[in-house]
Amino acid sequence: MEPIGWGGIFARMIIQFWPVWAALIITYAVSIHYRRRLGLYGKLFDSTVGMIGFGIVMFWVYTAFFADIIITHDPLGQLSGMKNKSPGTAAPDDATYAYYLLGGDNLARDVFSRMVMGARRVLAIAPAATAFAFMVGITLGLPAGYFAGKLDTALSFLANLVLAFPVILLFYLLVTPEIRDTGIPIVLAAVLFIFPVIFLVTLFQSRYFTNPTRRNLYVGITLVIGLWAYSGLAFNADPLGIWSMEPNLLNVFVAVVFVNAPTVFRIVRGIVLDLRSRDYVAAGQTRGEGAWYIMLWEILPNARGPLIVDFCLRIGYTTILLGTLGFFGLGVSPESPDWGSTINDGRRLLSIFPHPAVVPAIALMSLVLGLNLLADGLREESMKD
Amino acid sequence: MLMFLLRRFGIMLLTALCLTFIVFFLTNLTPNLEKLARSEGSVRMTDDQVDSWLATNGYAQPLILRYGEWLGVIPGWTFEEEGKISGRCISANVPVADAASFCGILQGDWGTSTVFKRPVSEILGRALGATGWLMLWVMIIMVPSALALGVLAGMREGSRTDRVLSAVAIATTATPEYVSGVILIVVFASATVGISPLLASLGLIEGRTLFQGTATSAMENITFWNFALPVITIALYGMGYIARMTRASMTEVMTAQYIRTARLKGVGFRAVVVRHALRNALIAPFTVIMLQFPWLLNGVVIVETLFNYKGFGWTLVQGAGNNDIELLLSCSVVAVIVVLFTQLISDIGYAFLNPRIRIS
Repeated sequence: MEPIGWGGIFARMIIQFWPVWAALIITYAVSIHYRRRLGLYGKLFDSTVGMIGFGIVMFWVYTAFFADIIITHDPLGQLSGMKNKSPGTAAPDDATYAYYLLGGDNLARDVFSRMVMGARRVLAIAPAATAFAFMVGITLGLPAGYFAGKLDTALSFLANLVLAFPVILLFYLLVTPEIRDTGIPIVLAAVLFIFPVIFLVTLFQSRYFTNPTRRNLYVGITLVIGLWAYSGLAFNADPLGIWSMEPNLLNVFVAVVFVNAPTVFRIVRGIVLDLRSRDYVAAGQTRGEGAWYIMLWEILPNARGPLIVDFCLRIGYTTILLGTLGFFGLGVSPESPDWGSTINDGRRLLSIFPHPAVVPAIALMSLVLGLNLLADGLREESMKD
Repeated sequence: MLMFLLRRFGIMLLTALCLTFIVFFLTNLTPNLEKLARSEGSVRMTDDQVDSWLATNGYAQPLILRYGEWLGVIPGWTFEEEGKISGRCISANVPVADAASFCGILQGDWGTSTVFKRPVSEILGRALGATGWLMLWVMIIMVPSALALGVLAGMREGSRTDRVLSAVAIATTATPEYVSGVILIVVFASATVGISPLLASLGLIEGRTLFQGTATSAMENITFWNFALPVITIALYGMGYIARMTRASMTEVMTAQYIRTARLKGVGFRAVVVRHALRNALIAPFTVIMLQFPWLLNGVVIVETLFNYKGFGWTLVQGAGNNDIELLLSCSVVAVIVVLFTQLISDIGYAFLNPRIRIS
């Protein structure tokens, strides 16, 4: 069969992405219709920048979700004769799809399918890692800003210590295969993963300790689910085997959380230092509320605007970090289709066969750009309050 | 002021000590040492041989002792076997009789790299020189263009210029170095795609590509054609952030009362921007530029690897990939000094530029 031109390639890609388009149209139709009732999320649809950003982000989210339907070939499968073939080359007769839409890489795998599957890898790790970093940063940043004094000095010193590390050196030291034998990633995971549990337990305890039945219910649920997930994720010791993480993935995950948490800590601490002199905090103190109640139920909700914006930006930054890891060959696994590793694979033959590296590069760039635009739109809209 | 500086230096020293200890600890983990022994000695060593190799080369002592030796506060190790004395301060050039008892970084001895088989100070000196040139050019390109971009965008908030320039700034911050570097190489330095084949077929360029895809030749001789791509790659990523900060600060200044007064007095828009607004608007970007250094360091590592330019970042990657303990320690010392000094300069500079802030 003849290779197809760029027009044909794009037409076929657009058709291949049909579940994404359908989902996007439904999302936009529903959201715009009900936007007055949806709070900050609804207001996003008043700003063009925010809408474009949200569109790009959701495009990749849905791509990750429907990846199994979108892919044209097995992302790990190698077809003979397709090595480094240019975009639009016809695949052998017995293949699952007639063309390699975006060409083949140096191991004769389909670049398009790997890019689509890569979205799933990236979006499975980046938001989760960012959320963990936020849990750690918030749980430590609130008391540091609120109590100040020695606690603040000690925690700030630790945060600055991590921030003074060259990120790539830290990654090399924390993500090498040798370090897995020493158990350091598990120790780090054990420390970092307990923070969400602590956060939620304190959250419910500080609010409902006067109402033991509700307190016991909420804290109980948190403890059961939290510790169950904790045992599985950190120690790979989940008795039911539902929660687990490959050792390599755990390594990468922990390293990314570890690098991100100090920055979140500094942001939260800065906001709390600013907010703790407000009247509603003084009112809470006069009422005799506990320190943790004021931190978690008075200050934190008022700090949500900048935190949500930073969360969006930070997912983008985490995506870049994951790509950096892949770029240095420290990624999840050498076979993994995640974008950073694919760029790293492709760059060796970059000046002769650019497509295997350019495709994931553009994908990564567009996702981060979307997150940045979304953050910008959110910032603009949240400032209008 | 003096107290402030002393305190900062104290914290800096403490941070450097903690950080190097962490690096020391992580590079000296047992699996890493075994890997080192096998790569230095022989791949087929048995576990006993590995242990004895570690003992003869001084790796068998407690961690804290060896950290002290590296620092130069504890006498270097010696090991005697069958009449042959080996030791930390003893090498082929320094015989046993002349060897000093202390040789750590306090004595100016940065150790020997196990990858490059040469003194760390020599390698690092050359690498830092190379990176210095890269950073210099990045700064020359990045700072003026970022400030210009930010000031132009922030001059009239919400105008079309502002929208377009802000979009450019966001796009550059969203493009990490390994993405923009790849795209730049494909567009400007690939023999098969981009603009080079076109230019070559028209006979406008002599070689096969317009720019060179590697910067290795820039180690000896920096030319526009071998150095432009790495410099632009780093500058682009940092530029967007500085430009956005400048824009934010500029828009804030432009709404200030004294600007309105100047405008009402009848001063022209151009004169208001240049004479009144600019100076105040550039205080915040100054600190941002200083705090950008750690990020630039990160970008330098990526770009030097991508363009094969043998500077600090390239050396760091080589050291880290091969667990070269003393090279990595020295690299982290350099990195810490860079990060903390730029923080210090940014704090002092901020107080200096903004008379409303006083350091107490």
